Amino acid sequence: MSATRCFKPGADLFMVRAVDASTALAPPQRSGRNLHRFANPGQFLRLSGAVLPWLAAAAFVLTIAGLAWGLFWAPADYQQRDSVRIMYVHVPAAWTALSGYVALALCSVLSLVWRHPLADLAAAEIGPVGAAFTALCLASGSLWGRPMWGTWWAWDARMTSVLILFFLYLGHVALVRAFDDPERGYRAGAILALVGAVDLPIIKFSVDWWNTLHQPATITLTGASAMYSGMLWPLLVSAAGFSLGFGALVMARTRAAVLERRIRTLLLARAQEVA
Amino acid sequence: MTHLANIVGAYGLGLALGGWFSLAAWLRTRRARRRLAAIDPRSQP
Repeated sequence: MSATRCFKPGADLFMVRAVDASTALAPPQRSGRNLHRFANPGQFLRLSGAVLPWLAAAAFVLTIAGLAWGLFWAPADYQQRDSVRIMYVHVPAAWTALSGYVALALCSVLSLVWRHPLADLAAAEIGPVGAAFTALCLASGSLWGRPMWGTWWAWDARMTSVLILFFLYLGHVALVRAFDDPERGYRAGAILALVGAVDLPIIKFSVDWWNTLHQPATITLTGASAMYSGMLWPLLVSAAGFSLGFGALVMARTRAAVLERRIRTLLLARAQEVA
Repeated sequence: MTHLANIVGAYGLGLALGGWFSLAAWLRTRRARRRLAAIDPRSQP
């Protein structure tokens, strides 16, 4: 407790009032205060340490269940026959690559607007994982396209826009690591990620805007799915597994990045003490 | 099963990618944790 003088009209001129020191020293309420609570690396390490094992286990179980269901028990397509089973890898990889880029764009906003330090680290770790999922989408699509379309690759709108997404991820990975000052790399990467977000609606609507080899969307959030439920459920389980796996990988890599930053800070402090 | 090679290729790529990234993340965290413990034994994450 501490004492302050209170100048109050109509009261004693120098009335001494006791106030709580913690209240007196508390910072003013700011917008985004709850957001910055999670910017504390120690708090992030504690929270993610508790969540990560469950997240990783759920991702593993759902991915294996979805893939096994699609491979062994889901029916073959009457036209595509068994090659349709590649869908249980290809479509979840595509959805995860797209939602990963949405997460990258959100982290970029947090980084540019609120200078959230964990958003910088998370964005830097989303890049390689997102690039890998996009590469998986392209490779599995190529393996599916060869028996169905007779070609490994075609420059149709959907495939080309996903290839651009892959290059955007690679560009982000390179740009974030291109500067001696990491802060400059994070800023440049965030701007690239936000500019590149224009590719997302192009990917989504490419099948409606242009004549492509891909069919229009069979699964929509608003209407009923045009897909047979025996194929839809394993696809959804696999997609949930891929999404949780993406989250677990990014969380694990961000934890490692926080620890590495702590090591760098300690080493720098020691070097300054010696100098 | 028709187009078995393509199906195995797609599933194999998916599992290999997930396994590789998981292993890499685990090793990276373990290395960072050990290094941090060596530099500053008090700061246990």
